[in-house]
Amino acid sequence: MEGTERVFERLVRDHQDRVYALGLALTGNRHDAEEVAQDTFLRAYKALAGYPPERIRELKQRPWLHRIAVNVVRNRVRGVRPRLVELNGSEPDRGIGPEEDVLRRAEIDELASRVACLPPRYREAVVLRHVQELSYAEVADALGQPVGTVKANVHRGLKMLRGENHGDGDD
Amino acid sequence: MATVMIDLKRLGDVKAPAGFAERVLARAGMADSYAVFETVLGPVYVAWNQLGVSAAMRSKSAAEFEDWFRHDVGRKLVRVDPPADLGRKIEDQLSGRRRLRFDLRGLTSFSQQVLHKTLEIPRGQVRPYGWIAREIGHPAAVRAVGTALANNPIPYFIPCHRVVRSDGVIGNYGGGGPEAKRNILTLEGVQLKRLETLARSGFRYEGVKSTKIFCFPTCYHGRHAREENFVFFHDEVEARAAGYRPCKDCRPAVA
Ligand SMILES: [Zn+2]
Repeated sequence: MEGTERVFERLVRDHQDRVYALGLALTGNRHDAEEVAQDTFLRAYKALAGYPPERIRELKQRPWLHRIAVNVVRNRVRGVRPRLVELNGSEPDRGIGPEEDVLRRAEIDELASRVACLPPRYREAVVLRHVQELSYAEVADALGQPVGTVKANVHRGLKMLRGENHGDGDD
Repeated sequence: MATVMIDLKRLGDVKAPAGFAERVLARAGMADSYAVFETVLGPVYVAWNQLGVSAAMRSKSAAEFEDWFRHDVGRKLVRVDPPADLGRKIEDQLSGRRRLRFDLRGLTSFSQQVLHKTLEIPRGQVRPYGWIAREIGHPAAVRAVGTALANNPIPYFIPCHRVVRSDGVIGNYGGGGPEAKRNILTLEGVQLKRLETLARSGFRYEGVKSTKIFCFPTCYHGRHAREENFVFFHDEVEARAAGYRPCKDCRPAVA
């Protein structure tokens, strides 16, 4: 059990940025990103607790966490959000520093919300391939779809994003 | 197409916000959360986890509290905003309207028994150390009870301030010394002067003439009795000889 806790803590510290970025790209805002990322790690923790040591050792952590995160987002019912933590209060908004950081942050948020507006099947494919930079095979594995489908969805999603980039208002 | 892809790559460079890992570990039960609360004693640092409140301390600073917690409790700690309803829960706990849950892992089972027994002492009342020892089935372990209470990791919440010496000395208080102990007891409605005057005269029990029941001074049972309706006893033998029975609420003696 204590071994699991050590593995888990390292998993969180190693992958927190990637999982949070994934949450942001998939949900389009930082509040939901935090929830998705927290829920992803919590599910990972429960799974690890039930795995035998050799399975934990052989685990490909990156694709595994992506698969969990995608499922967390898919299972979120719109409008009904699980409460963050009963006693833990809310996450204070930290880390907004100098003006250029604020600008950069606003740009990122704007981009994230545009990506989040894509239909789910395009959004998942584009985010895993081009935000998280997984290979097509890894994306296909994480999404449970054939590689061909993933490629088509990435292509279509990028086209839609590019259309909005140029202000075409493509819907 | 290329610009979009470069932008998307930047989205992947976003960092998790400060404290993210600690919040996850707290949810997994691997770290405690803490916040600072205003109380009648001044600011009190309070830590909790999924099992309940795990520590409370009147520390001078967050750093001092964190150091103490890591050293004495030995778990990770993450600071959070105080939950909106915890202040009210604390108030309810102290007045006896609610029972908070406590995480006493890491303490000996003896210490846990002492602290759970202490939780039974109502606000506005006090009991001697020997009472705790007898109630938990270790009547000779009075000194060990004192040690367990002095090391109470959750003073104030687990009201060790309601345990006093039978000779009338208010005694030590891990939550901030004898002065703090007197202050809280006074705020809770204990008449310290009366208690100490009785103790100095060697009186350990009070009887109510109309009911022929004897109690520890401060017991709820005697709350409506006028001072002239009290009779005082040095010990149990004296009380029983006068025809008095021990109170079932404060249990000054085995019935
Ligand atoms: Zn009584």
